[in-house]
Amino acid sequence: MLSKILLLIGITMMYSTPLVFGALGGVISERSGVVNIGIEGMMTVGAFAAAAVSYFTGNPWLGLLAAGAAGGAIALLHAIASVTFKADQTISGIAINFIGPGLALFFCRLMFSKATMTPPAKTLPKIFGEDFFQGSPAGNLNVDVTVVLALVCAAVMWYFLYKTKWGLRVLSVGEHPAAADTLGINVSRTRYLCVLVSGVLAGFGGASMTLAIISQFTPTAISGQGFIALAAVIFGKWTPFGAYGACLLFGFAQALTIVLGGGDYAVPSQILAMLPYVLTIIVLIFFVGRSVAPKADGVPYEKGQR
Amino acid sequence: MKTLVKVLKKPITSTLIAILCGFLVAAIVLVLAGYNPVSSFAALFKGIFAKPKYISNVIIKATPIILTGLSVAFAFKTGLFNIGAEGQYIVGTVAAVCVGVKLDLPPVFQILIVVLSGVLAGAIFGGIVGLLKARFGIHEVITSIMLNWIAFYLSNYIVALPAYHQPNSTSSLPVNESSFTMLLPKWKVSEEGMAALKPNKWLYEVMVKTDVNFGILVAAVMAVIIWILLYRSTKGYELRAVGFNSDAAEFAGISVSRNLVQAMLIAGALSGLAGALAITGTAPHRISQMAAFENNGFNGLSVALIAGSSPIGCIFAGLLFGGLLYGGQSVQQEVGAPTEIINIMIGTIVFFVALTRVVPVLADKLEKRGARHAK
Repeated sequence: MLSKILLLIGITMMYSTPLVFGALGGVISERSGVVNIGIEGMMTVGAFAAAAVSYFTGNPWLGLLAAGAAGGAIALLHAIASVTFKADQTISGIAINFIGPGLALFFCRLMFSKATMTPPAKTLPKIFGEDFFQGSPAGNLNVDVTVVLALVCAAVMWYFLYKTKWGLRVLSVGEHPAAADTLGINVSRTRYLCVLVSGVLAGFGGASMTLAIISQFTPTAISGQGFIALAAVIFGKWTPFGAYGACLLFGFAQALTIVLGGGDYAVPSQILAMLPYVLTIIVLIFFVGRSVAPKADGVPYEKGQR
Repeated sequence: MKTLVKVLKKPITSTLIAILCGFLVAAIVLVLAGYNPVSSFAALFKGIFAKPKYISNVIIKATPIILTGLSVAFAFKTGLFNIGAEGQYIVGTVAAVCVGVKLDLPPVFQILIVVLSGVLAGAIFGGIVGLLKARFGIHEVITSIMLNWIAFYLSNYIVALPAYHQPNSTSSLPVNESSFTMLLPKWKVSEEGMAALKPNKWLYEVMVKTDVNFGILVAAVMAVIIWILLYRSTKGYELRAVGFNSDAAEFAGISVSRNLVQAMLIAGALSGLAGALAITGTAPHRISQMAAFENNGFNGLSVALIAGSSPIGCIFAGLLFGGLLYGGQSVQQEVGAPTEIINIMIGTIVFFVALTRVVPVLADKLEKRGARHAK
């Protein structure tokens, strides 16, 4: 029983981590007033960059950095479209979801002789080293280092947004850019930075898939996590810990499916697999209620417009 | 000057510029990767137009995404983001298979019932989203994303059920032949039919080698119906009013929540229709185990965006999209460049669609400056 519970916790952590990074990326971008539907695409690019760089250099940490850089580079496109050109942010985000996976698979085929997956890459370490707890049930708690990184990122973002003046500036830009502008805050620059950070975080999310959970990039490595992260942002009411909690809930439901799917129970695995999604809807109906986006979310800022 | 401004202000101009940019960026990526863009694009166009059967296959490929595009575009007009077209499409295929396998009525009734069950399933999935938004204020994007996955696993569940499973395969049983909506399917298999088709090489190729079906006609008719509904009916006015400014609509006595639910019911029904017609109209007339989403709904998002949410525009955007997806396969076969270049191209087109919305604004500025000079 104890080992099952520990296993449940371990898997919850494992599955929620890529989502946490993606969702945090969504939070920072949307809090500054830019809707980011392209998290999925940014995560895919990150996932590929991480696996490829780790494979070629043998250093997974370089892979992680590359993933952040790649995610940020794609996010730059989104920032140019939505801030400089004041384009429709939803459309640009959907474009990112095509361009990201397209580029990832395109380069994958170029670099790895037409294959759509990379060879196995060196992964990031576990928090207590490989052999710690080996064999004992507590080994389930020896989670990937990315799990801790994700929690740290959530805490840092919370502190940044609510306890520093730069964070409060970001919030003001997302709520009322005109007011922020009159107080001398550079709305465009703030939004650019937030979208870039969002891409970097989403890239990390992709990396925590290919450098921790599976050790290579495949076309289905990122399949829907970006969208789940998007849902977690709304679910968590656009706050770092809210989104973190939403991702944990989601990871927990997924873990439940795996632990329950062990064969002791007479529930078909496909029905069990629906559990996380059904659970999310139920939780929304009964516990969360209406969520209100930052006021200027998705609205391009035009100087002098009322 | 005046004509230039007029041309620039037309939405179609922006879209064409975006498509051009898509090709340009794809060409640059191809050059950087060491491929010849001219021969790549030649392969693409050959893959779309070279043979009658290619053109026919492009239309077949375009049919479902025109309908899901219409579904997304319609929801957009009423202020809703229907990212759930994917799930609605899937339950459309599932319902059509469930009914089509078990039921065997005379063709016309059979087709009607099979297609309607797909429409109904899609409408229910869409309706849930609308209801949850109207009743509990839950954002339609979350529920839609969750329902996409629920539909995904539901489909895999049904495929695996003994009642529907085709033994020794990863697919369900095909629907009964009475549900087929191909154009004269019997001709392909009967001698007289073949004899009648033989003399005309063009017809022979299209009819025998591809699944020509009525789907495209249904899609075109639906586009017109949706246009009429949106722009020529009181209901459409209400729906658009809710989409444009829900507070103002409420104040004017329009029930926002009722319109939300109705809009999602219709949007879901359109995607469900797309799924049902894919089952009745094209081989293998069955559903299979999925490892990942097949993107018929997600591609509908892009179709709607390229079409600027215009119902009639969805037909052309869908055909463009179907052409790129189908013709793109020949790029890899003939030039060796990865097929993903098509995804990059489609993404770039959508990206520039977002950017080129500024073209009419620029045209406006150009006009004003012109007027000042005239004085």
